[in-house]
Amino acid sequence: MASTITEKILAAAAGEALVRPGQIIEAPVDLALANDITAPLAIAEFEKAGFERVFDPARIALVPDHFTPNKDVKSAEQARKVRAFACRHGIVNYFEVGRMGIEHALLPEMGLVAPGDVVVGADSHTCTYGALALFSTGVGSTDFAAAMAWGHVWLRVPESIKFVYHGLPGRYVTGKDLILDTIGRIGVDGALYMAMEFTGEAIEALSMDGRFTMCNMAIEAGGKCGVIAHDEKTAAYLATRPQGSRARTAGEVFASDPDAHYAQVVEIAAAEVRPTVAKPHLPANTAAADELAGVQIDQVVIGSCTNGRLEDLHQAAEILRGRTVHPNVRLIILPGTQQVCLDAAADGTMRTLIEAGAAFSTPTCGPCLGGHMGILAAGERCVSTTNRNFVGRMGDVTSEVYLASPYVAAATAVAGHIATPEALGRQFAGGGCRCGCGGAGGCR
Amino acid sequence: MIMEGTAHKFGRDVDTDVIIPARYLNTNDPQELARHCMEDIDAEFVRRVRAGDIMVADENFGCGSSREHAPVSIMAAGVSVVVAASFARIFYRNAINVGLPIVVCPPAAREARQGDRLRVDLGAGTVENLTQGRSYAAEPFPPFMQELIDRGGLLPYVKAKLAGKGQA
Repeated sequence: MASTITEKILAAAAGEALVRPGQIIEAPVDLALANDITAPLAIAEFEKAGFERVFDPARIALVPDHFTPNKDVKSAEQARKVRAFACRHGIVNYFEVGRMGIEHALLPEMGLVAPGDVVVGADSHTCTYGALALFSTGVGSTDFAAAMAWGHVWLRVPESIKFVYHGLPGRYVTGKDLILDTIGRIGVDGALYMAMEFTGEAIEALSMDGRFTMCNMAIEAGGKCGVIAHDEKTAAYLATRPQGSRARTAGEVFASDPDAHYAQVVEIAAAEVRPTVAKPHLPANTAAADELAGVQIDQVVIGSCTNGRLEDLHQAAEILRGRTVHPNVRLIILPGTQQVCLDAAADGTMRTLIEAGAAFSTPTCGPCLGGHMGILAAGERCVSTTNRNFVGRMGDVTSEVYLASPYVAAATAVAGHIATPEALGRQFAGGGCRCGCGGAGGCR
Repeated sequence: MIMEGTAHKFGRDVDTDVIIPARYLNTNDPQELARHCMEDIDAEFVRRVRAGDIMVADENFGCGSSREHAPVSIMAAGVSVVVAASFARIFYRNAINVGLPIVVCPPAAREARQGDRLRVDLGAGTVENLTQGRSYAAEPFPPFMQELIDRGGLLPYVKAKLAGKGQA
């Protein structure tokens, strides 16, 4: 019988020939993840329940990335609990500050996940890794504690929605725009409990970084996971992970059958998707970026688990090269990992961004969840490449967050109001561009 | 189990960032979390809520972050049960895992008004609106979820499994 990729992965994990949506399975986990916010609660539950050892110290990842480098005394105490637990149980994949990256950028980069895997993480954006043709989903601290002890997770097999992106998107339209546009169409619970399977020519054309961005935001439509089929780009990405890593040595490739059953099929003409912004206070509250040119901005954040990979910083630098951040705007760059920092330093991206007037941070979730490194004051507005714009998400309860791609975020940082790269080009065509290109784009 | 209390009504898509803002996540002390429950959408909630009261919401309650601090803070604030039209999936798992009773009942959730007196009978699967004189049938839990609830949550279930294999 025909199955989707998600059904095939879960069936194989559960040792079943076939699984169907709605069925409850118990599946072994290939990797279980938690961070400095969710792990302390999980550790407390693990110890309270009387568990003495973890199922496999090599299949647990502890990444202190949210309030680190420690933002205050309480956060330092939480981080210390995680460190002590990692030490006591010999957790192989504990990443200390200095080697730490934002978890959902770090784990794929380190090759800790492979196609066909079942991954659970005590962080809702664990759905990111589905870009590598695997099943990964966010859970809470108790589920993570159970996975640490048991090595298994119970799952309800999700229905799948297939998204088909026909044709190719236009210039400056990224994976972020495709996923924001999609969430805008179906709503923040449009894929509640379901797998979001992204397919079509536009997905095939997307880089791995763009695919991670799309799967990262599946949760913002209520999805259980996002997933993209394995292809030559996936294979090339996996082949360049560290020697001996799971990505290089394990994994099984599954693909949806052509006649698999979907709860819904959503067809989208990629060429019609415009640079898209999600207005406060929901990711589904979308509008075309060029319709929001009147919105003045105080801060721009580029980075995070959604858009903190090298391609994202390249896109920001492409816009900011030879330009300067608007005097009324603070631009903060949050690279995903230390490797992204090194690569951005090596190829000049970091210099371009700093010369334009950006503050370049160490990897941290930081301001995305209102933690530190760029909290908003009352009434301030931020354009951010992160994934959530809920009330009070990045600071004061009256502050506002607009979600966008790195291109739109960078253009906004220069303009001081929400802007697209095209609009910026037109603006500079009026004589404002300092590099002498006359707005023709030669400066990029 | 029967709960009776005053309804505190919220809308749809109540996210975990407003249930418990991340700026308070540098602790997992339930009482400290309870002091800030719902603060960013209803600053008066923690002063108004009484032990045993009932939280009511429309669709997609608890969307967003996976923070288990959200159901923990609701419980510690004194709420006895949350009645909603639907729950976001991670919140749904977390509520069962931490022992916060939840009930899916779209008509009861939509028709309840702020301050109504409600009675929820978890065993019978009913929600009664005493103020409006109406009664509703809640959606039953799937059998596996009911088993987890009956065993006292996920960790007792896992302990029993591991003990069965001689691993705990």
